[in-house]
Amino acid sequence: MKYIVAIIKPHKVDEVKKALEAVEVNLMTVSGVLGQGRQKGRTEIYRGAKESGGLLKKVKLEIGVNEDFVGPTIKAITDAAFTGEIGDGKIFVFDLHDVVRIGTGERGEDAIN
Amino acid sequence: MNAGDTSWVLVCTALVFIMTPGVAFFYGGMARRKNILSILTQCFAIICIMSLQWVLIGYSLSFGPDTGYGIIGGFEWFGLNGVGQEPSTIYGSTIPHLVFMIFQAMFAIITPALMVGAFAGRMKFSALVLFTLLWSTFVYDPVAHWVWGAGGWLGGIGALDFAGGIVVHVSSGISALIVAIMIGKRLGYKKQAFAPHNLPITFLGGALLWIGWFGFNAGSALEAGGLAAHAFVATNTAAAAAGIAWAFMEWKMDGAPTVLGIVSGAIAGLVAITPACGFVSILSSIPIGLIAGIICYLAVARLKPLLGYDDSLDVFGVHGIGGIWGTLATGIFAAVAINNGGADGLLLGNAKLLVIQTVYLVVCMAYASVVTWILYKIVDALVGMRVDAESELIGLDLTQHNESAYTVLE
Repeated sequence: MKYIVAIIKPHKVDEVKKALEAVEVNLMTVSGVLGQGRQKGRTEIYRGAKESGGLLKKVKLEIGVNEDFVGPTIKAITDAAFTGEIGDGKIFVFDLHDVVRIGTGERGEDAIN
Repeated sequence: MNAGDTSWVLVCTALVFIMTPGVAFFYGGMARRKNILSILTQCFAIICIMSLQWVLIGYSLSFGPDTGYGIIGGFEWFGLNGVGQEPSTIYGSTIPHLVFMIFQAMFAIITPALMVGAFAGRMKFSALVLFTLLWSTFVYDPVAHWVWGAGGWLGGIGALDFAGGIVVHVSSGISALIVAIMIGKRLGYKKQAFAPHNLPITFLGGALLWIGWFGFNAGSALEAGGLAAHAFVATNTAAAAAGIAWAFMEWKMDGAPTVLGIVSGAIAGLVAITPACGFVSILSSIPIGLIAGIICYLAVARLKPLLGYDDSLDVFGVHGIGGIWGTLATGIFAAVAINNGGADGLLLGNAKLLVIQTVYLVVCMAYASVVTWILYKIVDALVGMRVDAESELIGLDLTQHNESAYTVLE
């Protein structure tokens, strides 16, 4: 099992979600986050005072998948979130030790499906 | 007694009232999210405290019969003794004395509320309550008496202040600067970002201030007539010119016009036209507004960083500088043709008025500064002015009021 964390551009959320659903990945946690990569944030100016280090708004997806779904999940996100411009984001993949479905007590791969 | 005048001044009183919640929103949006409730609470508490102070002693000290030398009113009108439904023999001869009293109460309320922006996010609530009470009694009440009270010495030498350029804006602006310097900078000032947390709320506050200012300035005519109309139009015109001026300044200097800038500019213009609106022509209100927008922008964006003080939400830069300019501008642009109770200014060949206005400024600023310094020391010794570092970092909403403005979960 893998735990996939993807940081993407906010306006790509719907496309990525549809692409994931198309490969039958339906479970995900989505949050709004701030960050900066190579492109840095935009400078904000209030009453003449530059507040540099302004971070960019991004969206973070967290998805637990069984091994068979790792490739399709990464491909779906990469295809749908791609613009070719700087700041498209990143995908991090972690080994996942265990999963528990709270409602039924199922463990491991059964809990993800 | 005149029903039209009475109803107009009562409506204006309600308009001036809304300025204090307005300034709370204006500052609250500029504050950090952990401190917005402390700003709202402080402003609302000031409404409550000053309403009582005014009825009990403030009105008598400010407008009560002079005790000699034009320095202060006495306690003759303590608890509104003798202030009733009949017109006063001195103030507003066509409206009930109570109407004049409650109209003035709103000015006494908003003046200390203007100051809270300077020390946002670091003053103890107990200190704020005590300081407000002392400052109003020992700074606002005497200064109001000098200028507007019957027998007040500054009114006696011919100083012109139609709606409170000095009494309200310069006195609060300079005092706020003194407090900001004495209480010290916010932790992390210049090392971390201090971005406004909710500018739409600031916009709302700015809009409420502009609306309320019609009552503030046009109501100061104390009658529903031509002078009120004149003050109303001058007020709107100056605010518009100043909003444009500030926005163009930052467009040129910083790269873009901003909502914070255009609203701040309008407020600066409203401040500057306050002493002048019943004495200068409508067209004069345009340069008064334009210059207010330019110099207040420079004070806030250039002078403050140069001098290094942390007047957090620019009370001095907007109300102090705007009020100083408006008071001098009254000495430049005033015309008897507009208001025969006024005087001709510099442009009409009378340099004396500008001299009087300058004396007026210097005396009031010196008095407010010194007394504010003393009162700060007293309150600091009694209850301590500044919260401890941990409370400041957590935020005043939680540490002073046990509340949060925004929930993260549900």
